Amino acid sequence: MSVSVSYKPKHASFRRQLPLHLMLLPCVAIVLIYHYYPMVGLSIAFQNYNPRMGFFGSKWVGLANFRYLMMLPNFASVLFNTVYISLMKMAAGLIVPIVYAILLDQIRISWLKRSIQTVIYIPYFLSWVILSGILIDLLSPSTGLVGDLFRSLGAEPPFLLADAAAFPYLLVVTDVWKGAGYGTIIYLAAITAIDPSLYEAAIMDGANRFKQVIHITLPGMAPIIVLMATLSLGNILNAGFEQVLNLYSPVVYSTGDIIDTFVYRVGLQNNQFGVATAAGLFKSVVSFVFIAVGYLLAYRFADYTVF
Amino acid sequence: MKQQKSKIRTTSRLADGVIIAIMVIAGLLCLLPILNVLALSFSSSTAAAAGRVKFWPVEFSLYSYKYALTKPQFIASFFISVKRVLLGLGINMTCTVLAAYPLSKTKMQLTGRMAYAWFFFFTMIFSGGLIPWYTVVRQTGLMDTLWGVIIPGAVPVYNVIILLNFFRQLPHELSEAAYVDGAGEMRILTQLYLPLSLPSLATLTLFVAVGHWNSWFDGLILMKSPENYPLQTYLRNLLVVKNMSTMANMSQAELKELSQISDRTLRAAQIFIASLPILAAYPFVQKYFMKGLVMGSVKG
Repeated sequence: MSVSVSYKPKHASFRRQLPLHLMLLPCVAIVLIYHYYPMVGLSIAFQNYNPRMGFFGSKWVGLANFRYLMMLPNFASVLFNTVYISLMKMAAGLIVPIVYAILLDQIRISWLKRSIQTVIYIPYFLSWVILSGILIDLLSPSTGLVGDLFRSLGAEPPFLLADAAAFPYLLVVTDVWKGAGYGTIIYLAAITAIDPSLYEAAIMDGANRFKQVIHITLPGMAPIIVLMATLSLGNILNAGFEQVLNLYSPVVYSTGDIIDTFVYRVGLQNNQFGVATAAGLFKSVVSFVFIAVGYLLAYRFADYTVF
Repeated sequence: MKQQKSKIRTTSRLADGVIIAIMVIAGLLCLLPILNVLALSFSSSTAAAAGRVKFWPVEFSLYSYKYALTKPQFIASFFISVKRVLLGLGINMTCTVLAAYPLSKTKMQLTGRMAYAWFFFFTMIFSGGLIPWYTVVRQTGLMDTLWGVIIPGAVPVYNVIILLNFFRQLPHELSEAAYVDGAGEMRILTQLYLPLSLPSLATLTLFVAVGHWNSWFDGLILMKSPENYPLQTYLRNLLVVKNMSTMANMSQAELKELSQISDRTLRAAQIFIASLPILAAYPFVQKYFMKGLVMGSVKG
């Protein structure tokens, strides 16, 4: 951070500072109540929680909620699903936009390039409710377009949304569908910033387009790729709550249930607040470690600072 | 220009064709599902049920739109969402500006700047999670009110960071001069900083508006009565729950049959109406979001 010591060597006077602190006051209050007080509420994880008794009035049960979680037969698969789906999404969410950006950059017909960009950004701005509504219809074996496609190829159309083996991959593909276009923006910006004289020199040396991508475009994008990769580490347990909640059903719980949906069902639908909060606390702590490591790596390798 | 031309010459037409084909397919994958919904919404329900509708309406009909636009709950939810967007925008943007301006000062001008900054930033890396959050919202009496989906998220920390980094690029001397001329901080903020940051504010405004319009989960858990559902929450019950809730105990054959039930056109019309505000705002969104995203990730 830049401290302008040149003409203001001392702290500003209290009188002068006061309006600034007052401006911050409402925001600090809201964040205290709705972000920090819930952290205090994590104490529910160690209680047999009774909503009427508040965060500290209920009976303390030590680690009983965690033991209960570990003994649940499906909790291990929930954990596995979460990490498995998240890792696939992190990889696909990194690679596909990079590839899209490089390919888009190669298109020299500018109206075509712009039209494609316009269209591939759209799904990002639609909610998972809308997209799920579209997908549910699209993937219907009897009437949906995907069913038609299979029939025209002479195959029996599968019902992907009810197919536990296919479900995690369906999540990854539809996640890419929603986000990959939008994800290209940052890489396109990085490509634009590459010095054109590098390409000229490469062409002089006889590099074809593929070689130019490998030796100039990719290295030019490297810093931003490293940054996006490190910052995505924090998503290790974010398998996509809104997406899964709108697309899954009990027939695919075995492969599609994730920590967030588990917490929602156990906590808010079955009212087992203690158990659900225990699972949530687990997620918060693990995510915290990964997010912190992500920021540290981003700071170390990409000179990234937040404020 | 010259360099561009020489670039073209070094490349094969085949490679060009393949690249364009891949990206056109990627584009169609995003466009065709939306066209399909649009075509369905303007088709007769028998044509839709028979699976005859592809990308153009079959047996053109406005019935679905008439149905949706005369359905009291749909209208009510639509206006709840409009109200939510307007209220949410006002509150979110006010908080963003009020937090970003002081934080854009140096630590000499604002004692405790780093403490404040970390106070806000920490909420981005650690959270109490769903259940404690829900409990706090309930304890503070916001259940079943529109405030419940607005107040708890009133301070969008990510946006605050984007805006404060933008404010910090504005020349220092500006606010110093204004202060010497007797302007208070509030005046410096509203009459100097805000007019200079209109592009950033426009970007953030669009993102906040889209975010509020698209939110559905908070409405689902905080509104006890479905009459208070915002549009996306209402739609979720219509599109997802109706389809999924009965699936648990069904065989594959039964599941297939269920998906044939044909209020397809009605669903399509409501999907389309709900997306319309986004699609209508899209040209503006597109104009600004590039800047916004780049702003957020690579700060100057």
